[in-house]
Amino acid sequence: MPDLPRIVITGIGLASPNGNNLAEYRRNLLAGVSGVQPYEIRYFGKTVAGVCHFEATRYQSRKALRRGTRAGSVAIYCANEALKDSGAALDTVGRDRVGVYVGTTEHGNVETEEQIYEVSQYGYDLSYWSHHHNPRTVANNPAGEVTLNMGVTGPHYAVGGACAGGNLGIIQGAQMLQLGEVDFAIAGGVSESIHTFGIFASFKAEGALGEHLDATRVSRPFDKSRNGIVVSEGGCLYTLERYEDAVRRGARIYAELAGWHVNSDAADFVLPLPERQQQCMEAALRRSGMGPEDIHIVSTHATSTPQGDIQECGAVRAVFGESKTTHINNTKSYIGHTMGAAGAIELAGNLPSFEDGVVHPTINVEELDPECEVRGLVLNEPRHVGRVDTILNLSFGMLGINSALVVKRL
Amino acid sequence: MTKDEVKEAVKDIIATIAPDEDLEVLDHGKLLRDQIELDSMDFLDIVMELRKRYGVQVPEEDYKELASLNSCAEYLFPKMASLELKLLNA
Repeated sequence: MPDLPRIVITGIGLASPNGNNLAEYRRNLLAGVSGVQPYEIRYFGKTVAGVCHFEATRYQSRKALRRGTRAGSVAIYCANEALKDSGAALDTVGRDRVGVYVGTTEHGNVETEEQIYEVSQYGYDLSYWSHHHNPRTVANNPAGEVTLNMGVTGPHYAVGGACAGGNLGIIQGAQMLQLGEVDFAIAGGVSESIHTFGIFASFKAEGALGEHLDATRVSRPFDKSRNGIVVSEGGCLYTLERYEDAVRRGARIYAELAGWHVNSDAADFVLPLPERQQQCMEAALRRSGMGPEDIHIVSTHATSTPQGDIQECGAVRAVFGESKTTHINNTKSYIGHTMGAAGAIELAGNLPSFEDGVVHPTINVEELDPECEVRGLVLNEPRHVGRVDTILNLSFGMLGINSALVVKRL
Repeated sequence: MTKDEVKEAVKDIIATIAPDEDLEVLDHGKLLRDQIELDSMDFLDIVMELRKRYGVQVPEEDYKELASLNSCAEYLFPKMASLELKLLNA
């Protein structure tokens, strides 16, 4: 790896179904509190979803909320929270030296479905189609809304990476800092997916939408009775800086991005490929200069689908199966699948382990599926492990995109 | 609908589009965009809401007639006189 600047996390802003800031989110992860609730959406009907309850008007006027999208609103909340947390001032950094990189799984479905419904109420007369449709559905909408809200004049764009989008947003921000394209990055991922009926209907059609009488138990990765995904909304954006810059301004540093890798299965539209996931993890470890024993937490991507969890566990077992120092957990068991936000938000849930030495568990595992058995799996109860120095954060997505991000404490 | 009710109809639409504004202090003779924050997309919203709520079509060349509450009333009254006032933000 060439001698590139070191990149660190200096601020965290998040909107999770079970917490509107890192402290609340972490508290609920350690207490086993789910953010999944009963939910109903047009055409599809009753289901469950991870719903966020952050105060949207904290950083937006009611008019701005009406003008923009839910993903934009999530991004604005997270970006402002992250900036506040970082203690940095945009005028000091230089507003043209700030980049906004937002990972998304999809964007635009919500508005398109809304407009088709709207014109259906007027006999499909397209003169009733909203002039807001295009600015709301362009892929850069969530990132662009952040720049409008915060007065950022550096680059902004979406990083579309299916459910690996959150990790990819972070990686993109880090790369742009390393290249010197920007001096300060606001990066991560967001999702508004619970507001599109299509995503529920499509997962249902695939036989991949989870069900359980208790909403809080639908998302249960690694449990023998798991039967599918919970769709969730949410977001998590980080402020990223070059290590030297962060030290110079006396910033609190949460973690350093030690290495990462992104690859493609080149195999199937939907089904994952464990050997490529394994290669992805191994390449991220190589780039970080670490071996499996050096990783203290593996934050799995597992979405609670019968096949996907088995395949990922196989890949994780192949890399970490012999490591006595690696603990493995999953955050979707609490919040469902936050899609484009997943990688970013799941990493955030684990970062406090550097401070408290506790690994939050995968909840809702009544009976562990033997095929998901992996050494170090932390089930149902938090585990006090003393010291956590490193996290490997996994996020995979449709069309076979894999990402593995390694962070370490300083 | 009277002319005053036409103004109420327009104010109610603006209340939906610009919910942060105090519309009670509006000077009916002055330009709306000089008194509250309304951009071109907002004016398109007013046109759209007139279409949705009242079936009133405002062609592009007439958008200038929506500049103030008084001009709205003068322009829209012939189109809305026979319609019933619908307030969503009352």
